[in-house]
Amino acid sequence: MKVKVLCRNPDDYVRETTRDIQRVPRNYDPTLHPFEVPREYTRALNATKLERVFAKPFVASLDGHRDGISCITKHAKSLSTIISGACDGEVKVWNLPRQECLRTVQAHEGFVRGICSRFCGTSFFTVGDDKTIKQWNWEAPGYGVREEPINTILGKAVFTGIDHHQREGTFVTCGQTVDIWDEQRSSPIRSFSWGVDSFSCVRYNPVETELLASCASDRSVVLYDTRESAPLRKVLPFMTNEITLCFSLYTYDIRHLDVPVTVHMDHVSAVLDVDYSPTGREFVSASFDKTIRIFPKDKGHSREVYHTKRMQHVICVRWSADNKYVLSGSDEMNIRLWKANASEKLGLLSAREKAATHYNKKLIEKFQHHPQVRRIARHRHLPGDILKQKRELREMREARRRKEQNVRKHSKPGSVPLLTEKEKHVVAVVE
Amino acid sequence: MLVFGFWTTKICNTRSTQQNRNVLFCLKKDPFPGEAPIPQKQLQKFQRGKKCKVPAGARERLKEAIAISEAMSEHAQKQAARYDLLLPEDAGFLEGDEDEDTNTISQADIADAVDITSGSKYFNLHLSQFGPYRLDYSRTGRNLLVGGKKGHVACIDWQTKDLKCEMNVMETVNDVKWLHTEAMFAVAQKRWLYIYDSKGVELHCVKKFNDVLRMQFLPYHFLLATASATGFLQYLDVSIGKEVAAICTKMGRLDVMAQNPHNAVIHLGHPNGTVSLWSPNQKESLVKMLCHRGAVRSLAVDKTGTYMVTSGLDRKLKVYDIRAFKPLHSCFLPAGASCLSLSQRGLLSAATGEIVQVYQNVLGSNPVSKPYMAHRLRGQIWGLAYCPFEDVLGIGHGEGFTSMIVPGAGEPNFDALDTNPYRSHKQRQEWEVKALLEKVQPELIGLDPGQLSKVDQASFEQRHKEQIEALGFDPLAKDKFKPKTKKKGRSSAGAIEKRKRKVAHEDQRDEIRQSVQERTEREKELKEKSNEKKLGNKSTLDRFRK
Repeated sequence: MKVKVLCRNPDDYVRETTRDIQRVPRNYDPTLHPFEVPREYTRALNATKLERVFAKPFVASLDGHRDGISCITKHAKSLSTIISGACDGEVKVWNLPRQECLRTVQAHEGFVRGICSRFCGTSFFTVGDDKTIKQWNWEAPGYGVREEPINTILGKAVFTGIDHHQREGTFVTCGQTVDIWDEQRSSPIRSFSWGVDSFSCVRYNPVETELLASCASDRSVVLYDTRESAPLRKVLPFMTNEITLCFSLYTYDIRHLDVPVTVHMDHVSAVLDVDYSPTGREFVSASFDKTIRIFPKDKGHSREVYHTKRMQHVICVRWSADNKYVLSGSDEMNIRLWKANASEKLGLLSAREKAATHYNKKLIEKFQHHPQVRRIARHRHLPGDILKQKRELREMREARRRKEQNVRKHSKPGSVPLLTEKEKHVVAVVE
Repeated sequence: MLVFGFWTTKICNTRSTQQNRNVLFCLKKDPFPGEAPIPQKQLQKFQRGKKCKVPAGARERLKEAIAISEAMSEHAQKQAARYDLLLPEDAGFLEGDEDEDTNTISQADIADAVDITSGSKYFNLHLSQFGPYRLDYSRTGRNLLVGGKKGHVACIDWQTKDLKCEMNVMETVNDVKWLHTEAMFAVAQKRWLYIYDSKGVELHCVKKFNDVLRMQFLPYHFLLATASATGFLQYLDVSIGKEVAAICTKMGRLDVMAQNPHNAVIHLGHPNGTVSLWSPNQKESLVKMLCHRGAVRSLAVDKTGTYMVTSGLDRKLKVYDIRAFKPLHSCFLPAGASCLSLSQRGLLSAATGEIVQVYQNVLGSNPVSKPYMAHRLRGQIWGLAYCPFEDVLGIGHGEGFTSMIVPGAGEPNFDALDTNPYRSHKQRQEWEVKALLEKVQPELIGLDPGQLSKVDQASFEQRHKEQIEALGFDPLAKDKFKPKTKKKGRSSAGAIEKRKRKVAHEDQRDEIRQSVQERTEREKELKEKSNEKKLGNKSTLDRFRK
């Protein structure tokens, strides 16, 4: 007879010395691992709950300004430096890892309206209510030497914003008109205007570096090309009653400006500032309702909301260049540093920790539609008045929707068209 | 920069000249281009579910997402199938010579033919004093628990013959079962259920569980299911110590019990020949099957949850497909089997009186004619259990305990992250914590364990209807209108009646509007259907179509 009986040599299955790691022979046969789906579901539930337990986004508060913060800018080359301007004309340079102020400059009399840093990382520009543009050194002056700007340009009207080109030595300011300046000249090389009262904000396109956009006081957005002599096109939003109920953000494709790509609705008060993350997949918005919200670029609702009792109206917000932190400046004189992923563990992670984090993230993504998991993952605490305001806005929108439905029911079929949320915000584009 | 470029090009040139020289000698092409092929049967083993059909009117993003996830599943399936080559052990086997039947080969011969360690797996424990023995192997297969009917309980590490604890509980012992580790075990004694430590210290006496005859432990749910003489099926969560469910089965004395390892459903066999399937979430059985013409004597379910083997007083041994609830085949045993046990690799052992017979290839469509192995003992057989991951069958009988070698019974390759017979103390602790964290809630026990991964088809209306039936009223219905009492003489009886009538009229108008809408929709559907019929192919046989 031929016979073989299962006989394992313990030397193959037990480690040789206590300094070795344990031996873990695997067999991936599904019959040896029953209840795959319920066990994974339990793990996903645990992962969601732990994510909420570890969600502590607030990192630090930078204290020192003596008036509300009006603008923040990142250093072009260094991750650890930021510069902020306050409403009393003070400009402070901060070191984020040590959370201390490196330098204070009394830049302007009146508000500091805008700051931008030069691409080389050696200087920065500020504009203020005293109609001046000043260029300063990033390096602090030596002991005993007075703080003096490298360059001062006097303008005719108040400047409300400034932005610098990515590669060349030109910058653009906005105020009564949008002016393009060369660093060596003291008068603008080109001036754009479109019969508008004033402009509130101007930005260079970081990829197509010859394109600019600016926001005008008549609620329009004007696009420019620096190579041309006249503005490109102007986008005018339609005025309907609906819009007064939504404090939302609109993402437009520059090539098709008539309909927004996405409408992002979650704020309950005016949105004051927006910044994209360096990956471009998400953005953060600061609002008058004392919260900052992080939205994915293609979703209509925020994935995260940050608020504190001490944080009042948030005026400006920036996403740090390493994609990990969000900075918010509010009008109670504090800049706050938050984590972009609230439950992320900071610092060096071991390989096992990284693997566990990835696994948990994937589990939550796999079971995100199950009601128990969704209920826990979606839950965010909101301050009482924001919750009330949200409910109120929802009721108002429901009432408008019901009215529209009734009107449609009682009028000739086809006379009242069904519009999606995007179509309601159709704009007129003027060339 | 220029110099660097010069050097790299120089190096490339020398390499290419060398290659050119080699090319002359070996114009070899890979004789097996592409990926190594994987046999279909092995790929099939790791298949989980069917391919997802892309719905007709799907958007681009959904199509992309489905394609990506299908590609990842296929990749995972192939990787798992390829890993099978790396498994260290092979299964055992027993083949007789030309004219020799394997069931004539005795245990002593096998023990002589194999090596010493394997030979020592055949041994007898002569314990004739304390009655027929029931036994249970722990999940890793290292520890054995024997319980004699007259009260003798002992735990042994059967490979090293190391006695962990031994005691006499001074009462009838109906059944013994290990809990999740070798630290605790449960003994169903004459009146109540007792839980002991591995040293023999009594930890709990659970008085709520009385007259327990059989027990089954569901390892991934940490549930101990007990069947009592009074007809109650009770579930005890051993991690929190709470009774999860107590079901009055109303089917008399429950002394035949088995669990389906695939979906944690409890199978009970009854004296009227029926087998019923139970889950802790329902007060009635999930399924009731008529299996035998006499009482059901024993049950066993295989590890994939596809086949159930039953034996009854009508001396038949029947195999059923549990997924489709269909009988596959049955065979006649001259003396009906009192105990059945299925091994990890599908070997069935049936005990009749003092003889144990092991059958091969029972699970399948072909009926089996003769046993693979047989063994005769000295006492009446009372308990049968295969040792996990070993080629060993443990038999508890009237004269004690026998361990029998059955080549090819055990799964050769275990997964160390699931059950590791060679785990250290630290590994056991880590495993226990992880197992407790992913303990499956009893609400998820059902006939299909993968139901959570499927789309919920039952619409809201159906569930709502069931709710109304269950409660007797509609919880979502609007409350009757109660008008507010107003001041300054505006809440006289007449005024209140007027207000009520106004609201009632509004409600009536809403209802009428809804019914008119539904009617128009139905008419539209009928019109469309009739249009379709008109447009369909006409044939001469249409007049016979109903």
